Amino acid sequence: MIFDLVKTSFRSLLSNKTRTFLTMLGIIIGVFAVISLISIGQGIQNYVTGQFGKLGSDLIFVTPGKLNLRGDPGANFLANKLDEKHYKLIENYASDYVKEVTPLMEIGKTISYKNKTYYTEVQATNEKGVTTYRIELDKGRYFSRSEVNSGSKVVMMGSTSATELFPNQNPIGKNIKIDDKTFTVIGVAMEKGSQLDRRVYIPYTTAKHLFNIKNFSALVMISQSSENVESAMKRVELALRRDLDEDEFTVISQKDLLSSFQSILGTITIGIGAIAAISLLVGGIGIMNIMLVTVTERTQEIGLRKAVGATPNNIATQFLVEATSLSVLGGLIGMGMGILLAFIVKTYFNFAAEVPLWSILLAFGFSFLVGVVFGTYPAIKAANKDPIEALRYE
Amino acid sequence: MRSPILSIKNVYKTYSVGDQKINALNGVSLEIFQGDFVAIVGKSGSGKSTLMHIIGLLDTPTSGDVVINGTNVSKMDESSLAKIRNKEIGFVFQSFNLLSRATALENVMLPLQYSDIPKEEWEDKSLKMLSMVDLQERVSNKSNELSGGQKQRVAIARALVTDPTIVLADEPTGNLDSRTGKEIVKKFIELNESGRTIVLVTHDNDLAKIAKKVFVLSDGEIVKQNHDF
Repeated sequence: MIFDLVKTSFRSLLSNKTRTFLTMLGIIIGVFAVISLISIGQGIQNYVTGQFGKLGSDLIFVTPGKLNLRGDPGANFLANKLDEKHYKLIENYASDYVKEVTPLMEIGKTISYKNKTYYTEVQATNEKGVTTYRIELDKGRYFSRSEVNSGSKVVMMGSTSATELFPNQNPIGKNIKIDDKTFTVIGVAMEKGSQLDRRVYIPYTTAKHLFNIKNFSALVMISQSSENVESAMKRVELALRRDLDEDEFTVISQKDLLSSFQSILGTITIGIGAIAAISLLVGGIGIMNIMLVTVTERTQEIGLRKAVGATPNNIATQFLVEATSLSVLGGLIGMGMGILLAFIVKTYFNFAAEVPLWSILLAFGFSFLVGVVFGTYPAIKAANKDPIEALRYE
Repeated sequence: MRSPILSIKNVYKTYSVGDQKINALNGVSLEIFQGDFVAIVGKSGSGKSTLMHIIGLLDTPTSGDVVINGTNVSKMDESSLAKIRNKEIGFVFQSFNLLSRATALENVMLPLQYSDIPKEEWEDKSLKMLSMVDLQERVSNKSNELSGGQKQRVAIARALVTDPTIVLADEPTGNLDSRTGKEIVKKFIELNESGRTIVLVTHDNDLAKIAKKVFVLSDGEIVKQNHDF
């Protein structure tokens, strides 16, 4: 019975293709927006969670300025006072709580070997960086304390940057250039399977000297106990307050960063939801409008169907199925386009956009619901038509 | 004595138009028996359309009784009435009222959608009816590809497909030229000869002559009842 009704509905929808398409457009755009934005959002979440997860959850960061993850990111770097002194303060006053304190400077640089060049992120740290970042060595070694102290021009490469510059050879002992400065490769890290593989590491003293950088982008350390990250953060804060004002630095844990990020993503998701709700609402109103027109146009058909035995319920069901077919078809088209976009992004932009099953079910459910909700009034109107009046309608 | 398949007893129908009450039917009584060929004639405004709607179970009387095959339908709600209408009445309209997007076959099958007849039988039954009106060659044609006479024959096939107690025809030749009109009249005579009960509603006295029994309506009352009109 329902199958016959759907068949009848599609025939009537196909009899006026342009109108049907225009009516579905609201739903198509709504569902397309939801599916594609969710898939990209999911991709970003996977990416970030993957990145952070590989660093370990007991990491503590000290960043300059008052870090406000929801504000203007530039504001965090206006008054960077983090330097050597604060690194020492933490070592002196918080060493019961944290270990492997590592200063960090991040600089985007072009590295080159012979005619091969690669743009990457140079991480300037101390000898403890290998532990803090949980780097495992594939070849060679990390730089030593004495190399840090003397500001040696040595570099340890991530697996991706090593393969980029040295596709078929062992990089150890080779000289590469960072900008126009020559560095000797002393080690290559094991692959981590993330963005971290692109980085190269040099002693921070060398970076200070050669690239004229004064302040640290951050201080990174590991909590002595992974259960007690909170009190370690308190202690680090106390140590730094000996020299800095409360709003000149921020102590934040890996967990905080991740949850801040997730709350941002949550806000974005609510935004997407609102957009979707509005476009589905508009689409629904369009469907209701067209269904009311259809009911009027087909008054005589309604009269005839009633004359040959259709009950008001039969008529209501017929128009409800038609409205629902319209919105579900629109939903399916929008879904197809969204999935296609996610596929294109994944294939051509190498970005792991992912369409979760729940988003497909949600989009389908909503487009079904829109049809039912906005089809009900026209269906009732059709069902209530007086057969005698309807048969006379010209 | 034979019992009637349809009996209408002392039926009144009153409409309200603004503050005014219009009595469309004023105590109409009539009986229709199996195999009858009845014509209901009257001028415009005589109440014949109202009577047709009541016979066709599209409307219920303000007072009085309508009994079809032993069931009193005068107080029934729309849904129950629709089910009985599907089983007992086959309509033929002046303007054919076919679904233009559907084929002749689909048009004939339409009443079966709302019946208790199993789906497997729909096509066979409909094809049989289309052959009976000599349209076996036209089953797949859309109704807008058919001539006026063919359309009315599809409508007759549709009216017969549920094997109704009464075939109710409302000015069935009104939109046809006289030659085609005669063909349709011939069809009704044949149907009646094969045992069908036919009620013809018309303002055309000549057309009414083909019926065996005629009720003349004026001002909502039957003023003449004639077996040999």
